[in-house]
Amino acid sequence: MSEFSLMDDKLSNAQIAWRAAQDLEDGSYVNLGIGFPEMIATFQPEGREVTYHTENGVLGFGQAPEPGQEDWDLINAGKRAVTLKPGAAFFHHADSFAMVRGGHLDLAVLGAYQVAQTGDLANWRVGSKGVPAVGGAMDLVHGAKRVAVVTDHVTKDGQPKLVEKCSFPLTGVACVTRVYTSLAVIDIEGGRFVLREKLPQLSLEALQAVTGAKLHLDGPVGDLLVPETL
Amino acid sequence: MNKVTSTPAEAVADIPDGATVMIGGFGGSGAPIELIHALIDRFRATGSPTNLTIINNNAGNGAIGIAAMIKAGMVAKMICSFPRSSNADAFNSRYLAGEIALELVPQGTLAERIRAGGAGIPAFYTPSSYGTELAEGKPVEDFDGKMYVRERWLKADFALLKAQKGDPLGNLTYRMAARNFNPLMAMAAARTIAQVADLGEPGSIDPAEVVTPGIFIDRVVAVPDPQQEEVLVRTGVVY
Repeated sequence: MSEFSLMDDKLSNAQIAWRAAQDLEDGSYVNLGIGFPEMIATFQPEGREVTYHTENGVLGFGQAPEPGQEDWDLINAGKRAVTLKPGAAFFHHADSFAMVRGGHLDLAVLGAYQVAQTGDLANWRVGSKGVPAVGGAMDLVHGAKRVAVVTDHVTKDGQPKLVEKCSFPLTGVACVTRVYTSLAVIDIEGGRFVLREKLPQLSLEALQAVTGAKLHLDGPVGDLLVPETL
Repeated sequence: MNKVTSTPAEAVADIPDGATVMIGGFGGSGAPIELIHALIDRFRATGSPTNLTIINNNAGNGAIGIAAMIKAGMVAKMICSFPRSSNADAFNSRYLAGEIALELVPQGTLAERIRAGGAGIPAFYTPSSYGTELAEGKPVEDFDGKMYVRERWLKADFALLKAQKGDPLGNLTYRMAARNFNPLMAMAAARTIAQVADLGEPGSIDPAEVVTPGIFIDRVVAVPDPQQEEVLVRTGVVY
């Protein structure tokens, strides 16, 4: 086995999104956070029906329209133009967040600066400088039956993003249930990181070395396998 | 009953200095551009209104709408969830210069505070923001083993709204996702002003289609073929 390179052999964002998409459940209601998490919809497995929710009051939206076909009254929370699927619905913001906090969504997927082993999430600002903006992140982490994160395993500087305790300002406490990273799939159970899958060529020791809190094992660790061409 | 006002200028003529004004919309959808620009026109002509507190999800984009109000110096404070946009220079430069105050509210909490304000509910508990810096100083309580933050209602002196269909009684419908905060703000301000693209006679809207019943609306002004904020931003329009 050739030596694993953290920068060259990690999964791309598209590959992380593909892996997260494999867990989309048929018949589920899902909110994908702005940016990276939105990519998950691209890889929704054939034969599974998923209804997407967006904070600004649309349930059942589809892909972006063709360029030039945008209707800017039909956008998602990222302010991007979307289309409607048959059976879509519009509603106001209070109903939208009732869907979020009221436990009606099956899954919310967000990005992260840091995730703690307790399930704490930091994803809205990295310090006290600049203009703070929170949007719906602090609401989305509460209420969905599962709250997942898609993220690089480490920062651009190689620092762990999975940590014992977040140092950046929190978005929510004890809210994340699963993390899909560029190296592994990790559940958060009972205040611990439980390793479910890792890249097969990466040793457990090497993975632990770039993880900021102890990885626990609970049964066999699967191989994290994704299409190479994404 | 006839709540129809003839022009946007007339509809916003009594908004005074220091008023708290809710403005509908999320990003560019549902923003009552003509009402906002009528307010800016009055400010340019008379120096009033100024020192306003504006409640919106965002804090303006480009150089039109709320961004143009901020650039003109009419706004003392923004209450919003996401003061960031494709071009947020108007807010950013004033904020970083300490010339505008910001009350940052999680989006769902903002919506529910406005709904509560309109529904006569002075406070409520939400899980959102518990354990974060946005909950600092707020009462918290355990309900059935989970912690919640107490949030207060949010009310305003005026609300500026954008609707699709309207009638002289104030009944309103909205166009697609341009609904967003508009029906909530319709409930939560002392004086509510709606610009409507399609103003019809009483009975022209199927009662089953009415989203905002007229009881919540004080003034209706016809704005056929209204401008769309996102389109204005993308074409670089400066107001």
